[in-house]
Amino acid sequence: MGSIIRVNNVAKVYRKDNFDIPVLHNLSLEVEEGEFMALMGPSGSGKTTLLNLIAGIDRPTTGEIIIAGIDIATLSESALAKWRADNIGFVFQFYNLIPVLTAFENVELPLLLSPLSKGERKIHVETALKLVGLEDRMYHYPKQLSGGQEQRVAIARAIVTDPLIIVADEPTGDLDRNSAEEVLLLLDRLNREFNKTILMVTHDPYAAGKAKISRHLEKGDLV
Amino acid sequence: MKIFKLVFKNTLRHKLRTFLTIIGIAIAVIAFGLLRTVVTAWYAGVDASAANRLITRQAISFIFPLPYYYKERISQVPGIEIVTYANWFQGVYKDKNQFFTRMAVDAETFFDVYPEFKLPKEALDAFKKERRGCIVGRDIAKQYGFKVGDIIPIEGDIYPGNWEFIVKGIYTPRDKTTDGTQMLIHWDYLNEKMEQDWPGRANEVGWYISKIKDPAMAGGISKQIDNLFANSSAETKTEDERSFQQSFMASVSAIITAMNLISFVIIGIIMLVLGNTMIMSARERTREYAVMKTLGFSAKHLTSLIMGESFIISCIGSGIGIALLFPIVSGFEMLIPKGYFPIFRIEPITVVFAVMAAIIIGIIASLFPLHKALRTTIVEGFRHVG
Repeated sequence: MGSIIRVNNVAKVYRKDNFDIPVLHNLSLEVEEGEFMALMGPSGSGKTTLLNLIAGIDRPTTGEIIIAGIDIATLSESALAKWRADNIGFVFQFYNLIPVLTAFENVELPLLLSPLSKGERKIHVETALKLVGLEDRMYHYPKQLSGGQEQRVAIARAIVTDPLIIVADEPTGDLDRNSAEEVLLLLDRLNREFNKTILMVTHDPYAAGKAKISRHLEKGDLV
Repeated sequence: MKIFKLVFKNTLRHKLRTFLTIIGIAIAVIAFGLLRTVVTAWYAGVDASAANRLITRQAISFIFPLPYYYKERISQVPGIEIVTYANWFQGVYKDKNQFFTRMAVDAETFFDVYPEFKLPKEALDAFKKERRGCIVGRDIAKQYGFKVGDIIPIEGDIYPGNWEFIVKGIYTPRDKTTDGTQMLIHWDYLNEKMEQDWPGRANEVGWYISKIKDPAMAGGISKQIDNLFANSSAETKTEDERSFQQSFMASVSAIITAMNLISFVIIGIIMLVLGNTMIMSARERTREYAVMKTLGFSAKHLTSLIMGESFIISCIGSGIGIALLFPIVSGFEMLIPKGYFPIFRIEPITVVFAVMAAIIIGIIASLFPLHKALRTTIVEGFRHVG
């Protein structure tokens, strides 16, 4: 299998109050297709920034990021938005579900951008929710779910479009041990059974242990 | 699920805040509509004025009368079809709150000059034959239950004495701008009484009304009339009916200007109320917008979400305001002295203004939060603590 993610000499500098804050320094990274990689490092090491760059929600200051053969740094905003919708599934630390939508509607949200019919969307959503074990909670609102269940809904939302890559930013950071274990098992299953490439940012060694490979960042450099 | 479903759900997310905003908009729309209705009512006389009528009054002030013999001289001015005249009679019916216009008119000519007062021929003939007769408008006939043959007692003020008039007919306003609240009595009868009791006030006319053949000649004819009486003891000022009505408005122009201004300030207030709500809503949802952008939703989708919510709140508030405006205006009309505003109703243009304001406000109020939501990057959105 070849590299699905190639990060070449990427640097990222944030500018705040006339100060340049370098976060990543000419960093290069390759991730194989079907890989489950954990990015570890202390706070401020740049792991979330790297994840954001790979997911196309931020742009590098210099360097190139090639995902499945496309240099996403060169895409326009609208093209990048469409690319994200088609290729990336997101799992966030705080789930980021829309509180006024049911679990079903939250999972359905990314599919609204697809040409699928209502019936087809329903099948996809039910399949995704079944995969995360929440078929009996479809019509519950986020506030009616536990933290672990919310995160599983978020994972269902991430996989419903069948993305190339799943990026997870501290997916267990806000969960108790049991819920965290469920989420990690789910990610592991997605990787093993569905060959999903997963990039997970975590500072938890236990969570990182579930990944096939771990990379460490320190002050903007891979070590 | 489509985007508009999310718009509706977002609208109801903070039910109390949305409710209060809607109520605020509804109240503002009611205030706007009421003020516009009062302003419109004030201008009703101007709107009802005809282009082919000239009003001749005393040059010094409307309150001073003109000699009766001016009628013949005015009639001879080329371009004039017919001349009629009137006096402000007024008096008190029951009490001072029962206000409606009471005028002494020339029975022979008045209805020829004012065809918008539609009166059956039999009623006009009966009026002409009975010097104590009067004609009342449909609206006051309905309001006070006046019927043909009824006697209306009036306590005179400008023309002292206890007067009684027999209703000989009820006129119907030709259109919505015609005043249906007037009571018209015989000038001849009034003049007779003046000759008997106040000889010094006999043969006086409040103003003359000339019907002209060509409205385009109004300026020239007015000048000719005024030239007839130049340097006399009672010089005249002649103008078209619209200008005459507007000269009345001049005395209250400051109030009307203020009311006009306030009515549009209210629209600004609605915008601030809704804008504030939308800014709060958008700020609270900064992370959600970041999530949606992450999922691939574009500026177009966010615009639909934010502008749609603003638009819905604005439209519901305005709709409630407009729906309540009608009974409130009716209630207000009952509170003010009867006949104070002969025509007091919500003009379609007021409703159109309110609807347009709702649409424009819905859009404008969402612009700032929309701009902010679109400008905020995904990364900034996720960092937002709301």
